[in-house]
Amino acid sequence: MRALLGSLLAGTGAAHAATLPEDKAEALYHSYDGGGVKATGPALLVRKSLADKVSLSAQYYVDAVSNASIDVVTTASPFKETRKAWEFGIDSVVRDTTLSASMSRSKEPDYLADSASFDVAHEVFGGMTTVSLGYTRSADDVGQKGTPGYFDKANHWQYRGGLTQILTSKWLMSLNAEAVSDSGYLGSPYRVARVFGAAIPERNPRTRTSRAVKLRTIYDSSALLPRSSIRAEYRRYWDTWDIKANTFEFGGSQYVGESFLVDAFLRLYSQNKALFYSDNAQSETTYITRNRQLSTFKSTSFGGKVTWTYPRAPKGYDVKFIGAYERKSFKFSDFTDLRTGNAFSYNADVLQLMVSAAF
Amino acid sequence: MSRLRAALLLIAVGLLGSGCSTVSSITSIEPWVKPYEREKLADPIMQFQRTALNEKHREHIHQVREGARGATGVQGGGCGCN
Repeated sequence: MRALLGSLLAGTGAAHAATLPEDKAEALYHSYDGGGVKATGPALLVRKSLADKVSLSAQYYVDAVSNASIDVVTTASPFKETRKAWEFGIDSVVRDTTLSASMSRSKEPDYLADSASFDVAHEVFGGMTTVSLGYTRSADDVGQKGTPGYFDKANHWQYRGGLTQILTSKWLMSLNAEAVSDSGYLGSPYRVARVFGAAIPERNPRTRTSRAVKLRTIYDSSALLPRSSIRAEYRRYWDTWDIKANTFEFGGSQYVGESFLVDAFLRLYSQNKALFYSDNAQSETTYITRNRQLSTFKSTSFGGKVTWTYPRAPKGYDVKFIGAYERKSFKFSDFTDLRTGNAFSYNADVLQLMVSAAF
Repeated sequence: MSRLRAALLLIAVGLLGSGCSTVSSITSIEPWVKPYEREKLADPIMQFQRTALNEKHREHIHQVREGARGATGVQGGGCGCN
């Protein structure tokens, strides 16, 4: 039972709560297609424990990006590039505490990011409560195509805490908080802003600090619908660039027959613009951007996931095939499509195909 | 900040003022869901995230497309992208 609860909490972000994660291998094909951007690629994860003392993990992730987004088609030429990321982790359990450390590297032709993370999760109150703390330090080198080497740097500090609480035999809740500080080059050398209708390179502040708090709850709804659960999440975000954002997510899971598990979810995201964002500035300011990620917009998405457990897997193996699809819709309030003069909006499709084997 | 300090001081004074009875009543709370009652909670449908790679991909999409970040519950590092 303890091992089961541990694996349960492993997925809550509160880390692994006093038991090592199970050995497994996952292979994913992922695709994002929308707004002129197509990003596809494989991702692999392998996790193996050694002598029940530590669990080692390795991840490899590829994003092959073909970019003809509105920024690119209105101000530059479409391009293709590939991002590759590696991550190595180690987890260890000491009594009721799980210690996790990981290192990662992400490499694009013009961007290199290294990071190191450390997380601690501790189970208290008879296993009903898990508290967690984590820290990530990242250092990036920023380059520009056509210029050898890197021209600037960016540093990031992430501090996070979490609390997962069993409320009843059918009800779980978790609270996560995270503060992120950035320093260095925080823009894109390719992106342009508009001032009095003229295109100029964007100028972002060199520091940013953000806070985010997320509350999640999940409830076993088998009393209403056999073998089902429902969940809800809310995240509040705010930062020193004056962006405030709200994210709501609602979902449900339902077993169908012996081998199928079906998930459905709805996600609602909204944010207001950064202080120095302008679609077309009518005055000269120290900082100016037309990065639509920093504008006022709403994003609505809905999706589903089907998990099929392979019934003839060898004894001791748990093999699952997973297919997930999500439709995202972005609507911008103050970002004009320069081709039409209307407010910009687009839809995106996200596809995930995955096989997972636990042993 | 001074408001926060004042609030914390008030809470500390309140706890001291109410004496040991409050503290002892808090510490005397027993875990009310026993390990043998947690079978349903261990079912995969009661996990916020079941497969790490799927969640990481979704998280990456949101980090690249949206202004907000953090407190996702997905463990580990930064975006590594520009």
